[in-house]
Amino acid sequence: MESVLSRAGLWLVVLVLAIMASAVSVDFGFGVHMVIVAIAAAIGLGFMLYKVDGEAIAKGIIRSPADPGRYDDEVIRWGVIATVFWGMAGLLAGLYIALELTWPALNFGIEYIGFGRLRPLHTSAVIFAFGGNALIATSFYVVQRTCRARLAFPGLARFVFWGYQLFIVLAATGYLLGITQGKEYAEPEWYVDIWLTIVWVSYLAVFVGTLVRRSEPHIYVANWFYLSFILTVAMLHLVNNINIPVSWVGSRSYPIFGGVQGALVQWWYGHNAVGFFLTAGFLAMMYYFVPKQAERPIYSYRLSIIHFWALIFLYIWAGPHHLHYTALPDWAQTLGMVFSIMLWMPSWGGMINGLMTLNGAWDKVRTDPIIRMMVLALAFYGMSTFEGPMLSVKSVNALSHYTDWTIGHVHSGALGWNGMITFACLYYMTPRLWGRTRLYSLRMVNWHFWLATVGIVFYIAAMWVAGITQGLMWREYGADGYLVNSFADTVAAIHPMYALRAFGGLLYLAGAVVMTINIWRTILGHLREEAPLRDATYDPAADRPLVPATAN
Amino acid sequence: MTATQTYDALRHLADSWGLVAMGVFFTLFVAWPFRPGASNRNQAAATSIFEDDDDD
Repeated sequence: MESVLSRAGLWLVVLVLAIMASAVSVDFGFGVHMVIVAIAAAIGLGFMLYKVDGEAIAKGIIRSPADPGRYDDEVIRWGVIATVFWGMAGLLAGLYIALELTWPALNFGIEYIGFGRLRPLHTSAVIFAFGGNALIATSFYVVQRTCRARLAFPGLARFVFWGYQLFIVLAATGYLLGITQGKEYAEPEWYVDIWLTIVWVSYLAVFVGTLVRRSEPHIYVANWFYLSFILTVAMLHLVNNINIPVSWVGSRSYPIFGGVQGALVQWWYGHNAVGFFLTAGFLAMMYYFVPKQAERPIYSYRLSIIHFWALIFLYIWAGPHHLHYTALPDWAQTLGMVFSIMLWMPSWGGMINGLMTLNGAWDKVRTDPIIRMMVLALAFYGMSTFEGPMLSVKSVNALSHYTDWTIGHVHSGALGWNGMITFACLYYMTPRLWGRTRLYSLRMVNWHFWLATVGIVFYIAAMWVAGITQGLMWREYGADGYLVNSFADTVAAIHPMYALRAFGGLLYLAGAVVMTINIWRTILGHLREEAPLRDATYDPAADRPLVPATAN
Repeated sequence: MTATQTYDALRHLADSWGLVAMGVFFTLFVAWPFRPGASNRNQAAATSIFEDDDDD
């Protein structure tokens, strides 16, 4: 009883403080954010006071199996649903901003939906909301099963999930309101950063707590990747967000690093967000789910350990390649370039390790659409980790930097690698988490695969052409020594490519809609009656003895 | 120390002993799975996710 009272008291204190902060806020955005915090606290308080068992209600809504199971999977089920939801939101925002770039009339002159505000909403929704929820859900799934231990601190794990959703809502609404630090992938302001730090440290505690409780002597390699992702993201987030708020009740702050130091810290953060959030974390998924779906162990466990250490030791130095030909010291630019090129080796080692897991079972690529998705994800991992080192070479970067080639590169990694491996993991986990015999439909997975693949091809091909066109037009000099093209000329030249890019995005989104229906119906327990994707052909006319029985 | 001196000291530490230490640690970590007798342990670790498969 005492703990219920003290916990209700805590909610009440948060509620009152948020309302007060909202009342005295020095800018509109901070006031709105404090109202959101107050609503979250009021929901928590209401649940506490009326003794509502939120988890039991949630179980009913999402049709969780009655059997509690050997592992604590409830947070993972929420995570699967959140991943699908935020994925749809992020892809839809992406399609809309692609259309805005093609037809600027779609900005409608409304500040809240202008490209500049929707763009960070798109990037954060797909990376941190879709990718982040997928990472939290799969890490809890994998760490329990590879350690054969139930999740440590179940209450804290629930806090991690809901706290992370609050972070997403605060970040996303902040972008629409124009609240931003102006740092790519680190846009949320100081108070949202502090909240994320609390959530992230709790995440680390749950993950490490589960590792400590393991009943397996060895920590499976997927957990190494997850742990490096959690630790490194914590370090990056803390260093890149050392800011001094202008007011304790306002949304503005100033960074303590200025000028080129600030730029270097930002891109040390930015590139390692790619390296540890989008690479190490998703490689952890690969090292568990690809062997499980293929039903054979990873090709080489040794190679996976080399992959791990090489990635850790090399990635952290690659950030300066974002600052070629800037005020950054030349040696630092060269260092960034050299480490980026060296990164090619572990990346391809990892890709080969994943692909060769299918050695001797390549027929699964034909017969199992989930394996096919995983193979495509690995192929795109290999392709974008080849393209990245190439773009980091100074002379290539002189052409590609600030052009759409970079956008194409990012999307071959994000749509091809992160997207496809996440979809495959969702398809793997959903029937198991809800105790269904299989997915609602395998044929729909096949549709998703092809819609997404064709969409990516449209997207990246359009961006290659657009980027190289831009780069060549920007640097073109005439005989008189003046630039030949104005910036607006280059925009007009690549307009058709922008339309094709939006079409690719539409296809990718259509594939995700097919997935949403499929996962929804799987959760509801429906099974689509459908012909199997592949079957051995049967010819009744040939199914007889060669010599007629009477001839004997 | 002035800012330039700090920069200079860190810069020289980074490309001498810092680099050596990183190289040594990296080599040790990468060599570790090749130590004698590690083969069986690697095999056991790789297949450990398939034991007791009713949990999936």
